Amino acid sequence: MRVLVVDDSRAMRLILKKMLLEMGHTDIAEAEHGAAALDRLDTFFADLALVDWNMPVMNGLEFITEVRQDPRFDRLKIMMVTSESNPRLIYQVLKAGADEYAMKPITREIMADKIALLGLAESNMT
Amino acid sequence: MSTISSTQFEQFCDLVRTNTAIVLEPGKEYLVESRLAPIARRQGFDNVGELLKKLGSTYAPALRDEVLDAMTTNETSFFRDLHPWQTLKTEILPELIESRSATRQLTIWCAACSSGQEPYSLALLMAEEFPNEFRSWDLRIIATDISPSMVRRCSEGAFSQLEVNRGLPAAMLARHFTRRGLNFVADDSLRRVIEVRHANLDALPPVSQLGGFDLVIVRNVLIYFDDIVKKRIIESVHARMRSTGVMLLGSTEFAAVNGTPFVRVQSDKTTYFRPR
Repeated sequence: MRVLVVDDSRAMRLILKKMLLEMGHTDIAEAEHGAAALDRLDTFFADLALVDWNMPVMNGLEFITEVRQDPRFDRLKIMMVTSESNPRLIYQVLKAGADEYAMKPITREIMADKIALLGLAESNMT
Repeated sequence: MSTISSTQFEQFCDLVRTNTAIVLEPGKEYLVESRLAPIARRQGFDNVGELLKKLGSTYAPALRDEVLDAMTTNETSFFRDLHPWQTLKTEILPELIESRSATRQLTIWCAACSSGQEPYSLALLMAEEFPNEFRSWDLRIIATDISPSMVRRCSEGAFSQLEVNRGLPAAMLARHFTRRGLNFVADDSLRRVIEVRHANLDALPPVSQLGGFDLVIVRNVLIYFDDIVKKRIIESVHARMRSTGVMLLGSTEFAAVNGTPFVRVQSDKTTYFRPR
């Protein structure tokens, strides 16, 4: 699975990247805001984009709106990973075209559950 | 390094087994340490060994109940393992709904419901996938647990951010929960169909008080009992089910059904059981 991590915080990008690597997902690209992510998607054919909400230049909601207008990315799954936790905001993001939503702080278990919900991997059998 | 002596561990195992039927096997000292350490700290003991010493030497019912409560609280998450929920959605619930369409009644038992993610997952599944039945049928989800604190929590229908982040689809969170302080609280429409009760799986109330179930979900709890108790629980579940009912177990618990009056059904990755 190819994953694009979009977050203006370098530390957060590192955390998410490390988490994904530990889960066996090694094909990862990064972008520091929505506009850079759109550029990156021209050459990096991602299956999943993990997108922060509040970023400079182009925020996560604007990025999702742009991507969902482009049929090239119809199969791209988008999960917003943000500290915003108001159900009304979650609804807004899903309406804009996000497939899932995770609230920071995020753990490996949460990431695994969300990826399974998106149909991109098996859930952990317990 | 454990602070519990082997004698203390054996005595504590007896206490847990007598009160809950749960078997703590040798080598589980670490589990006792990790579960009881917060209580030991809160109660001012130097370590868990000191707490057990007090428990063994003095009549302290409140402390005993708190300790037993901590030992019976188990991990759970919304839509745990995913595939059984898929089978519930596409196969089990449609069949049950068809078989119960004359009476428009569906009675479900979530045994060992812990903090409530399982019964709320079921209520959510019904609300989203079977909205007519959810709204207009006599739908009852009976959730039971041995832990009084879990019964309280499940009744409240309030979940932390960490809990709703685990396995609950964001769309369901947005549609059915309200933010209240630090928690996310399930809407009344979900809470309306869930009835939470205290129950010990090895000392259940009579069938007349807890029975007539179309679906029983007893997942990831039998592993804590020995084979004799497991069989007793499975037979007791059988007596509480309708002939058209379905029982779901955890993926490591299927052996418990051997020699009991259930037939195993395999559907894709999900195994479930029907009364013979």
